[in-house]
This record gives sequence, structure tokens and C-alpha cells, in this order.
Amino acid sequence: MGFRAAVITFPGSNCDRDMAVAIEKVSGTAPLRLWHGDSELPDGLDLIALPGGFSYGDYLRSGAMAARSPIMQSVVSAADKGVPVLGVCNGFQVLTEAGLLPGALMRNAGQNFICRTVPLSVENNQSLFTGAYDSGEVIRIPVAHHDGNYFADDDTLDRLENEGRVALRYAEPCNGSRNDIAGILNRTGKVLGMMPHPERAIEPELGSNDGRKLFESVVGALVGA
Amino acid sequence: MKVRVLVSLKPGVLDPQGRAVHHALEGLGFAGVQDVRIGRTIELDLADDTNDEAIDRMCRQLLANLVIEDYSFERLGDGESA
Repeated sequence: MGFRAAVITFPGSNCDRDMAVAIEKVSGTAPLRLWHGDSELPDGLDLIALPGGFSYGDYLRSGAMAARSPIMQSVVSAADKGVPVLGVCNGFQVLTEAGLLPGALMRNAGQNFICRTVPLSVENNQSLFTGAYDSGEVIRIPVAHHDGNYFADDDTLDRLENEGRVALRYAEPCNGSRNDIAGILNRTGKVLGMMPHPERAIEPELGSNDGRKLFESVVGALVGA
Repeated sequence: MKVRVLVSLKPGVLDPQGRAVHHALEGLGFAGVQDVRIGRTIELDLADDTNDEAIDRMCRQLLANLVIEDYSFERLGDGESA
């Protein structure tokens, strides 16, 4: 069978459908839809996607409650076994809160919710998620967030930079993120968290199809070229 | 037993919200405001036999994000409003 992906929906997720549509359009197979209260993930998944939104109303901290939900325990153990995980926007916040990615996403430096299309540079095109892009390619993808201001301590930042784990960087200042970081990889390169929404940029009718290559990268790498 | 948890941003972590409030205080004419840092208090009503170690784990596992935040907690005496 084709590409086996799962999209997790938390109470307050609002980009889960967009994510599912993007995955289906690119892979040809509709992803499984799982609910936060599910505690088991099926075996053999090619990708787990955590969508954007405002899970649990952003109570306590963005992503904090979702990161402790039953399904996330399973996502953490699947990630430990090497199942690729993509977290977009709130999904990125959940991944940092769950400890799958380092650092934290704080309130935007300008205090405002930012909703616009931003230029990003592809800093590492050797990853599972970015292989279809050129290195240094500037792409245009929308952001829509209040808490996207990436923070990590100096040692962590150095490690991310030196290990090529900054996958995407804002090509112009956006939200106050340290080193203009827009997306980072975990140590194995199989977990990507990013604030911009590639699933909202998969066809020209949406204003940009620059996000499509991100899904093509994963699908191509896993289904085999 | 009431316990008050105080969660604050670590020193060195920028606090844009605090900075905005700082500017607003200055705008209202309050002189001499050196810095403003915003945190949160969380009031817990716990079984009397809850030990410090358990409260500490609550803070570490959920109430504070240790990447950016410090925490402290205090037990409140009878009658003291939490």
C-alpha cells in the first residue's frame, strides 16, 4: 500500500484537515486521522503529522497540554524508534513541549499575532523533509502564529547550527526568533518542527506552492524514487 | 492544603510582554521603573500529605517549562488566601 501517514487532532487543532489534504494530494493516500485521546498508534507509519491550531486553547503554554496527552506518549516512543514526525506551528510547539525538539516557542517579540506569507531560506536540504529543495533556496510560505519566537540557550543554538539542524530560517526578521530560526530538526533528522505552514502552500491557487516540495521530499524519500 | 507555585522567566530570557508593560508604566508617568518581568502564579489545593518532592515533580513535568522558566512554591498557612 501507499504512503502511511497519520494526522493527530487535538481539541483546538484547526489545520488538521489542511494537513491531511496536503499529504493526500502529494502522496495519493489519505492519512489516518487520530484523536488526542487515542493512546495507540498503528505500526508501520511513514509519517506522523502534528497540525497547527490552538490545542487546549493554548492553556498554560502553547502546546503544553497536548504534549502530555495520551497520544503524545505514543508519538514520543514512535519517534524514538525512528518514525518521522512533522510538527507545524502548534505542532512545533507541542514537539518542544514534549521534549522531542530542544528550545521553546515564546510570545512573538512584537507581541502581535503574525499572519502573512514570509520568505524562508532552506538552510539544510539534506534532510528527509527538505531534500527536494535546493540549498539556500528562498521559498515563500505563510505563518500564522502568536507564539513563534524561538528560544534556546547559547549552547543549544551552537549545537543546532553546527550540526546542520536549522532546516529553515526566516529570510527577514519575523517574530524575534533567535538566529531567525523557523524550523529545526532533531538529532537524527527525522523530526522536523517549523512555524510556517507548508500545508497552506501546496498549489498556486493558494498563493504559493512552495510548501509542496516539503511533502514531496518526505514521500519521495520513504516511498522510494 | 493550599500551595502557591510561582513561575517566572529565567534571567536572560527576553520578556517582550514585560517590556511592553514597562513602556506602558513609563507612559503613565511612573518614574524609576527599572525593569518589568511577568510570570504566573498557580494555586494548587492538595491533599495534606502531599510531599515537596511530589509538588516539585508537578512543577518540572508540567507547570513550568524549564527551558525558559524557573519556579518556586510555598505552602500557605490556614486562612491565608491562596
